[in-house]
Amino acid sequence: MKILIKGGRVIDPSRNFDQVADLLIEDGKIAAIETTIDTKAADQVIDATGQLVTPGLIDIHVHLRDPGLEYKEDIVTGTLAAVAGGFTSVACMPNTKPVNDNKAVTQYIINKAKNDGYCNVFPIGAITKGMAGETLSEMGELKEAGCLAVSDDGRPVSDGEVMRRALEYSRPFGITVVSHTEDLSLVGEGVMNDGFVATELGLKGIPWVAEDTMTARDVMLAEFTGGRLHVAHISTKGGVDIVRQAKARGVNVTCEATPHHFTLTDEAVRGYNTDAKMNPPLRSAADVAAICAGLADGTIDAIATDHAPHHIDEKNVEFRIAMNGIVGLETALPLTLELVAAGTIDLPRAVALLSCGPAHALNIPRGTLEIAAPADVTVIDPSLKWTVVREELKSKSRNTPFTGRKMKGAATCTIVGGKIVFSR
Amino acid sequence: MAFNHKHILGTEYLSREDIQLILDTAESFREINTRSIKKVPTLRGKTIINAFFENSTRTRLSFEIAGKRLSADTVNISGSASSVTKGETLEDTARNIEVMHPDIIVIRHGHSGAPHYLAERLNCSVINAGDGAHEHPSQALLDILTMRQHKGKIDGLKVAIVGDIAHSRVVRSNLYALNKMGADVHLAGPGTMMPSGIERLGATVHYDIRAAVKDADVVMMLRIQLERQGMTLLPTLREYARFFGLNDDVLKLAKADAIVMHPGPMNRGVEISSAVADGPQNVILGQVENGVAVRMALLYLVSGGEQAVE
Repeated sequence: MKILIKGGRVIDPSRNFDQVADLLIEDGKIAAIETTIDTKAADQVIDATGQLVTPGLIDIHVHLRDPGLEYKEDIVTGTLAAVAGGFTSVACMPNTKPVNDNKAVTQYIINKAKNDGYCNVFPIGAITKGMAGETLSEMGELKEAGCLAVSDDGRPVSDGEVMRRALEYSRPFGITVVSHTEDLSLVGEGVMNDGFVATELGLKGIPWVAEDTMTARDVMLAEFTGGRLHVAHISTKGGVDIVRQAKARGVNVTCEATPHHFTLTDEAVRGYNTDAKMNPPLRSAADVAAICAGLADGTIDAIATDHAPHHIDEKNVEFRIAMNGIVGLETALPLTLELVAAGTIDLPRAVALLSCGPAHALNIPRGTLEIAAPADVTVIDPSLKWTVVREELKSKSRNTPFTGRKMKGAATCTIVGGKIVFSR
Repeated sequence: MAFNHKHILGTEYLSREDIQLILDTAESFREINTRSIKKVPTLRGKTIINAFFENSTRTRLSFEIAGKRLSADTVNISGSASSVTKGETLEDTARNIEVMHPDIIVIRHGHSGAPHYLAERLNCSVINAGDGAHEHPSQALLDILTMRQHKGKIDGLKVAIVGDIAHSRVVRSNLYALNKMGADVHLAGPGTMMPSGIERLGATVHYDIRAAVKDADVVMMLRIQLERQGMTLLPTLREYARFFGLNDDVLKLAKADAIVMHPGPMNRGVEISSAVADGPQNVILGQVENGVAVRMALLYLVSGGEQAVE
């Protein structure tokens, strides 16, 4: 099967490639990128005139809820949402039931994704057994089974000694430790960003310092141990500053930011909107500006969605008891393109943040269009206008604060391993 | 003038004119409460549900008496007796209440925003009787009615509010309402009990009770929840009483004719000394008395207020 994508603007930041060209896929691999390739060379031709052709997008922070929480999402619906959003690879967090802290769960996820899923799934194992923050999980065996990274996402590793040992132990296995940085003693009973909006709404706040002190601790532990640290969903100005300074010192650290944290502020919570409740919480305008600056200057390596599906019953309740998190796979691309339209970042940088950036952060062997690489390709119409309608989302859950938002840009064709898995 | 609010969710949503109308209406109801037959037929045939998902004695009693004096049928649901403890969601509770066709639900709930949640889902009127640390509009309105009775006006009054500002719904409702009525509000409390950005709601923030009370026309003390002692917010109640309690010495800093208020229940010897609580400047029981009249006014106005008071 040969697929020819004709006439698109091919942007491959992994090789600093950006020009209008034809791209040929053969036997599931990138076969050629040339100014003109004869249509006779292909079984199928995709006209990409006026569109972007990029490495398949990668989201290194999703919750597929499978096994155990399939009423929220499963590997089939989650990966369908992914490919509809232009993603060809996702890395899924281990807070399933049971927790992915062992080979069996990892293999289940990989096998189900391979058999029934729409895109590549790279499971992330737990740092500690049961994500309890006490005993290290069997990281060597998790790596063997297919985990590239470990994380206790959703729960910080509160004990400094445990985090130190996790970074030391994971290092020789080539495993990235993804840290959800949060000092729970400072979070207390907080349910949204600490600030004027929380004061007005009478809701308990989570101050930025609850995140930053832990980010600082983990960056220092990475510096001390030489371990490989990735900071998940940075939401504060201080967090961006800490990582920027650490990188300047040569610390082996990467980090990610979510579309909601660079798009919305805590103002979105007004009206006790539970679809604006997540962890870390939506922050201030100054934090949003700092994240945008970090995306532009390279401090932030990846845009990741923290796709967190929840059932309607878990959101249609009083704010204080609503679950944290929103779905993000189907809205990440246009929200990233909003940054391009606003002049915050240029188009190649946007593509890098969604492809080679996240691939590098978790050492995922994807995110490039170099010849012979697996043919994961996303064709994007950057001017396609659409509106977010809850019922039209592919995800099993519809908890998004972007309902009704007018979007510009969408994936028109998503190709995984040379196979068209989604098109519109 | 017309009152165009179906719900009373907070003083945030009331205009100066709304507040004046509520106060004037309450004044006209005060007289009923002193009659030998304390009942008018104004809300005859209306059903009012007092849904108190959090403990309350004073506010619930006040709303219940207010409803009964207006001849409404009042029914009470309390937290422990309610289906909440059986795991029912607030939405399901609301739906079940709805089909019994009440005209007004008065709700007290520990979660900020719970009355808003109900108002979005129910056809009847919703009156917020206190939600989390958010608002307690009827309390602020009775406070302001009391101030007006003693001071003749609100415009230009210096009002000091002292205590646990962070956890107080009384403060937020008073801030919105007092600012609309033209008062100059000063807050004081420990650093651990002063929430971010509270000054943006229209207040001068102090950490010294003396600075707040100085030359004040009104001194309002807030209840300190005793369980906060020994937590990280407060070392001891003893220390709190020394630095943030209102006693005769501190009260001398206020204007000679200043009034002392407290939303109750009081912790004598903690936030307020007995001498002050029982002293000539206290209007604390007057607040409670006004509470019934203010709540009668609210029930009357959200019901359309079309019928004359007999």
